[in-house]
Amino acid sequence: MSVVEIKDVAKRFDGGTVALEGIELAIEEREFVSLIGPSGCGKSTLLRIIGDLIRPTAGTVRVNGKPAAQARTDRDYGIIFQDAVLYDWRTIARNISLPLELARWNRRRRNERVQEMLRLVELTGFEGHYPWQLSGGMQQRVSIARALSFDPSLLLMDEPFGALDEMTRERLNLELLRIWEASGSTVVFVTHSIAEAVFLSTRVVVMSPRPGRISHVIPIDLPYPRTAAIREDPHFFELVTNVREALHLGSDLDRKPAAPAAAEAQP
Amino acid sequence: MTTAPVAVQPIPRGTLAGRVGRHALDWIPALVVLVVVFVVWQESIAVFHIKRFLAPQPTDIASTFWTNRHELISAGWFTFQEALGGFAIGSGLGLLIALILARWRSFGRALMPYLIAANAIPIIAFAPIMNAWFDPFSKGSKMAIAAVLCFFPVLVNTLRGLTSVHPQSIELMRSYGAGEIETFRRVRIPTALPFIFTALKIATVLAMIGAIVGEYFGGAFTALGVLIDSRSTTFQFKEAWAGIGVACAYGIAFYLGVAIVERLTLRWVPSTGE
Repeated sequence: MSVVEIKDVAKRFDGGTVALEGIELAIEEREFVSLIGPSGCGKSTLLRIIGDLIRPTAGTVRVNGKPAAQARTDRDYGIIFQDAVLYDWRTIARNISLPLELARWNRRRRNERVQEMLRLVELTGFEGHYPWQLSGGMQQRVSIARALSFDPSLLLMDEPFGALDEMTRERLNLELLRIWEASGSTVVFVTHSIAEAVFLSTRVVVMSPRPGRISHVIPIDLPYPRTAAIREDPHFFELVTNVREALHLGSDLDRKPAAPAAAEAQP
Repeated sequence: MTTAPVAVQPIPRGTLAGRVGRHALDWIPALVVLVVVFVVWQESIAVFHIKRFLAPQPTDIASTFWTNRHELISAGWFTFQEALGGFAIGSGLGLLIALILARWRSFGRALMPYLIAANAIPIIAFAPIMNAWFDPFSKGSKMAIAAVLCFFPVLVNTLRGLTSVHPQSIELMRSYGAGEIETFRRVRIPTALPFIFTALKIATVLAMIGAIVGEYFGGAFTALGVLIDSRSTTFQFKEAWAGIGVACAYGIAFYLGVAIVERLTLRWVPSTGE
């Protein structure tokens, strides 16, 4: 059984913009799948459809064999956005424990879990801090800890490192891989960065815009555990080139002279 | 991965004595201004030979206050109770209605233009009407004016706070399968709190204005507004000024009371210092 199963999904927004069309994708357990594509290709929309934060206009999405809505209320996935979206009025510990409170865990279990999560993202000692006291990279690690705290089988990540500087980003890439391997979860990862997609993923799904659809699926056969050295591997460059060419092919197809430039209305 | 060096600001907390000491230093410029104002006031009245009964010197006002202190303070207390009652009723209703309008947005959208318009009405103009509707000698009529004055700013600000939540904060709650009530309790209301406290601080001032001005149009003889009004019309300006001073003191205390509750509630805010 696939963790995520997307069948013939389409999404049309109220203005008439076709954000997604004919999306077919199955993601297996323990996969790390990146969605990459230019702005307006609907990759964030697709991620939100998997999470049942947006309803598709047509097609079906099943997560762990259940309808997406059921999977959401069962807390089958954790989501991480580009902004950490921490609640300012909660300390780091209480931010991480929020989903556990909603799942009615008792205090003792929550506290144990928070400590475990802080160790996982290497933020032990910061439980009493407030979000504004942490750097952007640390905040994003808190949001990863929060998403993992209730042990979801699926992680949805929407450009989680897009707002961070290059060095922090590369460090968090490594950390994410370590966490992914340790937690045994499946990851769907939206990104703008080709190198990031190749470095992290088992598969890269290339999308093209207007209407948003999947143009290529590129398996990444680099071995795990991946280290910083892989970024200098010739095969890494080869795969980066493959993804880049797939992206350009996708956008070439799109260059129809009559196409109106009205599809930028992505949420 | 290794934990890189990170910039973490220390939590700005110290011993209580240390904090008081630091704050005392912060207050020195303000105190200097206060002293200068009083000295200039005192001396310019003497130097320019301004008629004393029209503009009394601070020392005269102070001694008048001292001789009438029992009457003034109890009159102030009477009026403060009216303001407090009106504040509680008006702000309470404002908060309640804002919650309802934020929960049922279409309802809120239909009413919003009128609420904003109502916010611009000089509500104090209704004071004589309120005195006619309710017994002018009761506290109730002044509470009604103060309540109406407090109601709109609290409602509008609370509604703005409840609806200015980052969309992803809401998406996150949905991703946890949280319902509407949980989202209100854990996200919308905490987000709105800074807005609410700003409105409540404004409301303390409005409540005092409502109570005192309401009393200008008639009220119990034990009320501060009546006292200020009657002393002014009988040219007892020193007494009127002393009454105004007492009104200021109650008003400032009221404001500070809410500000302290704010500081204790919004502990997470880096600086609510004003």
